[in-house]
Amino acid sequence: MSILVFAENWDGKFKKQTFELISYAHALSKSMNTTVSAISIGKVDSEELNKLGTYGASKVLNVTDCRLYNLDNKAYTMAIAQAAAKENSKVIVFAQNNTGKAISPRVSIRLKAGLASGVIGLPTSFEPFTIVKKTYTAKALANVVIKTDVKIITLSQNAFGIVENPTTANIENFAPEIADTDIKSTVIEVNKVTGKILLTDAEIVVSGGRGMKGPENWGGIEELAQILGAATACSRPVSDEGWRTHEEHTGQTGKIIAPNLYFAFGISGAIQHLGGISSSKCIVAVNKDPDAPIFEAADYGIVGDALKVIPELIAAIKELKAN
Amino acid sequence: MKILVCISNVPDTTTKIKFVNNNTTFDATGVQWIINPWDELALTRAIELKEAHAGAITEITVVNVGLPTTEPTIRKALAIGADKAIRVNADPKDAYTVALQLSEIIKKDSYDIILCGIESSDYNGTSVGGMLSELVDYPSVSAVSFIDIEGDQLKLKREIDGGQEIIGISTPFIGIVQKGIAKDARIPNMRGIMMAKTKPLQVVEPVSADLYTDFVSFDYPKSKAACKKVDPENVKELVNLLHNEAKVI
Repeated sequence: MSILVFAENWDGKFKKQTFELISYAHALSKSMNTTVSAISIGKVDSEELNKLGTYGASKVLNVTDCRLYNLDNKAYTMAIAQAAAKENSKVIVFAQNNTGKAISPRVSIRLKAGLASGVIGLPTSFEPFTIVKKTYTAKALANVVIKTDVKIITLSQNAFGIVENPTTANIENFAPEIADTDIKSTVIEVNKVTGKILLTDAEIVVSGGRGMKGPENWGGIEELAQILGAATACSRPVSDEGWRTHEEHTGQTGKIIAPNLYFAFGISGAIQHLGGISSSKCIVAVNKDPDAPIFEAADYGIVGDALKVIPELIAAIKELKAN
Repeated sequence: MKILVCISNVPDTTTKIKFVNNNTTFDATGVQWIINPWDELALTRAIELKEAHAGAITEITVVNVGLPTTEPTIRKALAIGADKAIRVNADPKDAYTVALQLSEIIKKDSYDIILCGIESSDYNGTSVGGMLSELVDYPSVSAVSFIDIEGDQLKLKREIDGGQEIIGISTPFIGIVQKGIAKDARIPNMRGIMMAKTKPLQVVEPVSADLYTDFVSFDYPKSKAACKKVDPENVKELVNLLHNEAKVI
């Protein structure tokens, strides 16, 4: 028996979320009196694989089949399902990100395992296995019972945190049985933005809305993001207007994020936007309208012109960093 | 080619969410119901594809798993431009049961392109499209933000962290789509609304299914403390609070 974690990497380095998943699985394993295994798919060196031990994985199944360098939903499903069978896994943990959303439902069917997606913590009960997840775009929480023997969870970003639980990870090469005919999709081209902090991984996010007046005013947002080591984001009207690309759109139909700190400049806080950012630990809002709904979600706020506040904020943060 | 778009009937995104019966049941009193926003974008793109590839795409069907109360939402999909609709007469209790009912529809008739939204705005399950793909053993691509037809292949754009991938795939396949797939959902015009009344809406009975999960009760998120307002003339104070009080910078 074990808990299995899908350990996702990005260009050969594990994502921050992967360490959070291992930390979470480790806490779960203590309650269930079992161990944590991980499955890594792709080109990851042994030093990086060993890092999974730092957070509590005692075994890592390392899949290096070059046919799986690109995500193919069915082939990954087969690999993970076979790993789960080999490890006799009773719980399988994925991140609630695009990859987790792509594979976990397929694994659920393959293993006849109930799936709770976007959970926000450890189970509140083991008999029956009950866990809390966000519903109605974070306007409500649901207590979900997973009724099947094997259970699948996708964990919301930053819902648990990263905790070190040092152990030695035994790394084992694992070659799942996958036929060439199982791989149906072909990646023709990969376009990655390099040198930018990933929005979904960022600790701090600096976001702008219609109150920024136009794309020409984004220099301040980018400078603030740069000095804070933050990612940039925007509200839906901004991406719809084409001021910023839709990859930066945070909100119900855009990216759902949960950074430590979220700056909302000139964003009124439509309910759909709040659905995407309300899990942020600390929200700072700057808006001219004192009645803007963003202030109901914010921890700190300034009623004022974002275009005037941003340069002053940059100066104050530079001063803080200099001291 | 035939396209099937799976649509979910959800409360309008601005709905104030309330529960009754000791927080076990969603309170539908006065709620406006809509097509799930991601599904509506999927339908929009399906219609755009049919318009752009006249003759290549012959029919767009929408399917919904829901009780008779969902029919106004299904009629809206027909008014927007779907050619026909199927309603599986079942209360959608969890993602697995919905996916299972949808898989029965696909097994009965053949579709080349099946589109699902990446999640629904009620249960936020992000599961039905993937589950359906595995049930019918079709290839699936998730987080699809662009789809077009190139010869006998489909060309897709998949969103990845910090970028995109261009993917080629053959039919039949299931596309699990996200924002970007279409710019704006279409608003039905009067002609569309009138035509929707005459388009076929077939009702089929569900197959029996065991629930994998059970949504036993709901809670509300903890309410936040009031926002601490800082004088716009004293931005340094905000930095001080973020550094010393919130400890986030």
